[in-house]
Amino acid sequence: MKDDMSQYPLRLEGDNVPMVRFQNVTKRYGQLTVLDGLNLDVAEGEMVTIIGPSGSGKTTVLRMLMTLEEIDEGVIYVDGDPLTHMEKNGRLVRANAAHMRRMRAKIGMCFQHFNLFPHMTALGNCMEGPVHVLGMPKKEAEERALELLDMVGMAHKSDQHPSRLSGGQQQRVAIARALAMRPKVMLFDEVTSALDPEVISEVTGVIRSLVDQHSLTMLMVTHQIGFARDISDRVCFFYGGQIEEQGAPGILLDSPQKDRTQQFLSAVLEAN
Amino acid sequence: MLDWKLDFTWEILPRLIAAAGNTLIAAGGGYVVAVILGLVFVLAQRTPFRVLTFIVRELVEFIRSTPLLLQIFFIYYVGPQIGLRLSPWTAGLIAIGLHYAAYLSEVYRGGIENVPKGQWEAARAINLSTVQTYRRIIIPQALPPALAGMGNYLVGIFKDTPMLSVIGVAELMHTANSIGADNYRYLEPYTIVGLIFLTISLPTAWLIRRFESAVRRKMGLTR
Repeated sequence: MKDDMSQYPLRLEGDNVPMVRFQNVTKRYGQLTVLDGLNLDVAEGEMVTIIGPSGSGKTTVLRMLMTLEEIDEGVIYVDGDPLTHMEKNGRLVRANAAHMRRMRAKIGMCFQHFNLFPHMTALGNCMEGPVHVLGMPKKEAEERALELLDMVGMAHKSDQHPSRLSGGQQQRVAIARALAMRPKVMLFDEVTSALDPEVISEVTGVIRSLVDQHSLTMLMVTHQIGFARDISDRVCFFYGGQIEEQGAPGILLDSPQKDRTQQFLSAVLEAN
Repeated sequence: MLDWKLDFTWEILPRLIAAAGNTLIAAGGGYVVAVILGLVFVLAQRTPFRVLTFIVRELVEFIRSTPLLLQIFFIYYVGPQIGLRLSPWTAGLIAIGLHYAAYLSEVYRGGIENVPKGQWEAARAINLSTVQTYRRIIIPQALPPALAGMGNYLVGIFKDTPMLSVIGVAELMHTANSIGADNYRYLEPYTIVGLIFLTISLPTAWLIRRFESAVRRKMGLTR
């Protein structure tokens, strides 16, 4: 089915423009529909946590925002502008590389497996984007990178390569690397799932401080229900590529209305 | 009984050593062509342009499936018929460079595919362009594991340079042949050629291994 692009605004305008909007977004892998007409708004400065069983599409939401996956139907807006589309002759068409790069600058992402650049030091990882993408002078980039590494408690390891760092340390460097690009939206994709239990708090502590200090908009996929409860403004429960239920953490997590939400939460809480 | 003549050895040694210089130039020149062209081959196969990708992949496959000797003859003797009149040296360097470029492109491909998908995604997440991603992230990580294969082909190209003698490139083999034909003595020139090849190959292979581990250390990739 061809998507009728005329139903989507060229850009979002007015008061209350959300920082992120998924409008009718569908993503398929062959026969499998991972996101099924998803609608989701995230306000500026909001911290939204996505939970759900594996295969529910929760990670796909983040990966599409980071433009790591192509969109099949619908439009994603970031900061009012379409992310993977652009205006041409009064209607939306697929964006070119320049538009995508411009839009991507607003978004940062941290991954489950950190994905630090192994041939660079912690400092080098945090300077790479600022120097080569933002064109920042090396000295300034280094100062800022050191500030950020200090903020995540990794300044003392700034000259170390990732292979010499523990998982928790690598993830903290990865957070600093993403922040160095000054994104408006930060994405955390199961950032504690690959960590040993005793170091998880190193990373959740850093994310907690981001919530407190910054007006960053954040989307997080996690299995840490307790952590999600503490820091989220809103929790979305995904099922079958759609939002099954969402609400403030206290409400959704403590008194879920839908059966599937209840089943999922009791299964997860039991596992914990 | 073998009858080794020492005075003959001394007489021909300077000529052979001079020819060894030519062999090194042929191997070095051919290798430079192969290293660069191999990179072009592998990157061309990774572009989104289907036709280009197809042509280059088939070309690489074709080169790898036919003998080097045939390729040398073809470029030198058939080239003029399509207006490509090349000196033996030029034809030889192109043939041997092209041949090894095909093999090196496979080595590079292995190295590039060895880089985890997460590295591409992290590069995109900090908004590096495709060219920057290759130059700053992918190739530096693809290189160390490719160095062993690249080193093998450096020794390989060196050992294949005698094939250029068939179109009259005055390298070691060619010189040894003509010394032998002039003097009706082949024992000394061929033995010396073998020894010269050994004294260059063995240390080169050792140096490559040292270089490889040094690069790994420098890039913090020691595991």
